[in-house]
Amino acid sequence: MNSKIIGRIGIYAFLAVSTAFFLIPVYIMVTTSLKGMPEIREGNIFALPLDPNFSAWFKAWSSACIGMACDGIRGGFGNSLKIMVPSVILSVALSSLNGYALALWNVRRAELMLGLLMAGAFIPYQVLLYPLVIMTRTLGIYGTLPGIIAIHVLFGLPVLTLIFRNFYASLPTEIMKAARVDGAGFMQIYWRIMLPMSPSILVVAVILQVTGIWNDYLLGLIFAGRDNLPMTAQLNNLVNSTFGEKEYNVNMAATILTAATPLLVYLASGRYFVRGITSGAVKG
Amino acid sequence: MLSFRAKLPALVTITLTTVAAIGIMLVAISWTGVISFTKTQLIPRYEFVGFTQYVRLFDTERFHVAFSNLFIYGGCFISITLAFGFLLAIMIDQRIRAESLFRTIFLYPLSMSFIVTGLAWQWFMNPTLGLQKFVRDLGFADFSFDWLINPDKAIYAIVIAAVWQSSGLVMAILLAGLRGIDRDIWKATAIDGIPAWRTYLSIVLPMLRPMVMTCVVLLAMAVVKAYDLVVALTRGGPGNASDLPAKFVIDLTFERANIGMASAAAVMLLMTTIAVVAPYVAYSFHKLRR
Amino acid sequence: MSELNIVNLSKRFDNTAVFENINLSVREKEFLVLLGPSGCGKSTLLNIIAGLESPTSGRIEIDGKDVIGLEPKDRGLSMVFQSYALYPTMTVRGNMSFGLQVAGLKRSEIERKVEKAATMLHLTELLDRKPSQLSGGQRQRAAIGRALVRDVSLFLFDEPLSNLDAKLRSQMRGEIRRLHDTLGVTSIYVTHDQVEAMTMASSIVVLKGGVIQQHAEPQTLYDEPENLFVAGFIGASPMNILKGRIAIEAGRPVAACTGFQVDLSRYRFKAPPVAGQEIALGVRPENVCFGEAGGTSNTGVMARIDYVEPLGADTLVWTKVGDEAMSLRVDPREARLDRQTVPLHFDLDRLSVFSRETERRL
Repeated sequence: MNSKIIGRIGIYAFLAVSTAFFLIPVYIMVTTSLKGMPEIREGNIFALPLDPNFSAWFKAWSSACIGMACDGIRGGFGNSLKIMVPSVILSVALSSLNGYALALWNVRRAELMLGLLMAGAFIPYQVLLYPLVIMTRTLGIYGTLPGIIAIHVLFGLPVLTLIFRNFYASLPTEIMKAARVDGAGFMQIYWRIMLPMSPSILVVAVILQVTGIWNDYLLGLIFAGRDNLPMTAQLNNLVNSTFGEKEYNVNMAATILTAATPLLVYLASGRYFVRGITSGAVKG
Repeated sequence: MLSFRAKLPALVTITLTTVAAIGIMLVAISWTGVISFTKTQLIPRYEFVGFTQYVRLFDTERFHVAFSNLFIYGGCFISITLAFGFLLAIMIDQRIRAESLFRTIFLYPLSMSFIVTGLAWQWFMNPTLGLQKFVRDLGFADFSFDWLINPDKAIYAIVIAAVWQSSGLVMAILLAGLRGIDRDIWKATAIDGIPAWRTYLSIVLPMLRPMVMTCVVLLAMAVVKAYDLVVALTRGGPGNASDLPAKFVIDLTFERANIGMASAAAVMLLMTTIAVVAPYVAYSFHKLRR
Repeated sequence: MSELNIVNLSKRFDNTAVFENINLSVREKEFLVLLGPSGCGKSTLLNIIAGLESPTSGRIEIDGKDVIGLEPKDRGLSMVFQSYALYPTMTVRGNMSFGLQVAGLKRSEIERKVEKAATMLHLTELLDRKPSQLSGGQRQRAAIGRALVRDVSLFLFDEPLSNLDAKLRSQMRGEIRRLHDTLGVTSIYVTHDQVEAMTMASSIVVLKGGVIQQHAEPQTLYDEPENLFVAGFIGASPMNILKGRIAIEAGRPVAACTGFQVDLSRYRFKAPPVAGQEIALGVRPENVCFGEAGGTSNTGVMARIDYVEPLGADTLVWTKVGDEAMSLRVDPREARLDRQTVPLHFDLDRLSVFSRETERRL
């Protein structure tokens, strides 16, 4: 009996230490953002703010200087929204239709295509970037909103298609047969039968894309153009700019503001989020 | 049997999505491959120079730093994350209280951008105002935690941040695996008198092999793609001490306008990726067909 | 070859009792079957005996020694599971030897034990296969092999055959029973299948809702069920039950049912029958025959033939007596389906009489 109690204590001790490790960054981000700079310089990083106030947050949002412009990161927030919303809608719509076609319409070489898509999900961006820059430039969309959206759709397609394909392939084949006997065609079956059966997998896909695209840095930096830089890129420019005195409280406030969107999505959707990040590779 | 007419919309859909995406990616890869054999610097110049770019690449000090960092970083990150994530999964699986709260806490870093992760840890490890100062203020004047500005340690600073971000993923995948194990197996080991640690090591871990494989591949992909985290946490510094291939390629392409050599490095990166994931892709493809 | 005593054993989860104050003795070399519907507590009882769960109160003695608080491995028993619970990444040999390795036995000894058990179970050829390469029956034999290599004096079986198909099941029934006869190891076997219980047990404990309904040898259980539940649970087709009440006619007890009477003078009442008591009269399908009985022993049982179920060796004829269903097990040549009303009679030596109030045997 005694060894059991010691075992339980050990388990909770381990969990407590782990929890501390996981919460440290959030803790120091929040406390730092609520302090003033003198307090940061003189006090220690773990101390609670003496006079908590949100002035650093307001500055980070609307008046911190990134390069020459002193408008805070609110512009980045808007840019990220403008990039994310169409990218998510387009990639999820195309991928679900695509997954449905691959799963249920007995297309020849579907297996080969799935294999290639799977491989596509693993290719490091670095191998593709320069040719993609040339391609988008040729099309006249390099450095524009449509350009970055097209790139996100392209890179989202493989994993999303696999997720949808696996979902539709797991449905009983009789559904498809019954619909065919009833005389429904490709789009009718998709709209009237398959889509209404897919809310959960749609949520998984949307969450995966929302967090993925919001958190993207590299693609936005390269393809979005200077006027459309996403929030992550602006955040990095703000914090890692080499000149001027570092305002750690403003930096941390900006970091929290950037992390807020995906964090809220995660907290609101827990289970679906986990399914999304694991299903792409686990089921594949 | 489906007639061609009935199938036509499906074929059109697939052509416009799958085939187009695969096509663009194949073209882009080949293009990068071709460029790696040309003299291209800032703009494409299709003057073939054989393996010259690769030779130049191998003569570049920074390339060696980046690739050896890839293996140091990859080795440390993958092994620590796997071990830590597995431990977390085991602990969570002990019918604990507030399980979902712990799960939520262990998983939330996954929803964050690498940029955010990098900046948060950069602040924590800040040598003048971060942990080092805190411990010194406690009275340990000799305490030193300067990994961010220490060329020998900077890469390990990245490992810490990456472990923080990814352990939850391993925990989630392996926890699902643990929950899927037949409870009679546990009873059987109790009857056989096998201690818990031995059961985990000799019976459970082998049973979880497919999930561990999945974790390894996901983590390995994160290693190969590691760019944002380096940029935010160390900017590859001090000097090039914490450089990684993904960053090396991007810098060469967009900052140094050395696209021929960047393409050669990208091809090397692709080769590394293929070596890591080809067996896995082949395996899951095989499973998909059955 | 152990003796097992369970004394006043109770198990509760939160505030609901799985069972309370169970008392049970298992003699040396016995093959005891714990039989009951799902949720009756039989698996929990087995897990507690094994030490996999702890009881809320009570004692378990193996060979006179209280084993509560002992680890499963220290209780001198082994167990076979419904899902086999073979270690999937190990070969059959690995499965059988792993526990012995951990216990620190010598290699040669492990080898010897595994070979011996494998020979006994016809597993020798399969020793180097993994569980996934075995058929269901082979897996079950491997699981039994793993239990066998441990030198124990008590075997526990937790529904080991319920994942097998019907034919394999009857084959494995024979094998397990033969194994028990050879080794003589005391065994406790949990099942919900009354056929398994009847065919394998040296004695059966029927459990329902955490209460022991009856503990007896199979034939006794069949012939003299202690209550209405056991009467309905045991037997491929359940016992026919007719409502009636006790009457005393000319000093002899009879069961007065709607439209007929059955002579109970040859029934061994536990206590003298009381006239007017409401009873349920139980009679097995094979103890009902077509035709009038001679004399006045039972009179006026008239049944309307409803439908027949040919079973091959015999045929089950379903009839209605009044509005109560009544089945007869008859020779296929006697079976008839003419939807007529025919007289029936009962074998008066094989009746069961239950109180309708307590549902217990009178």
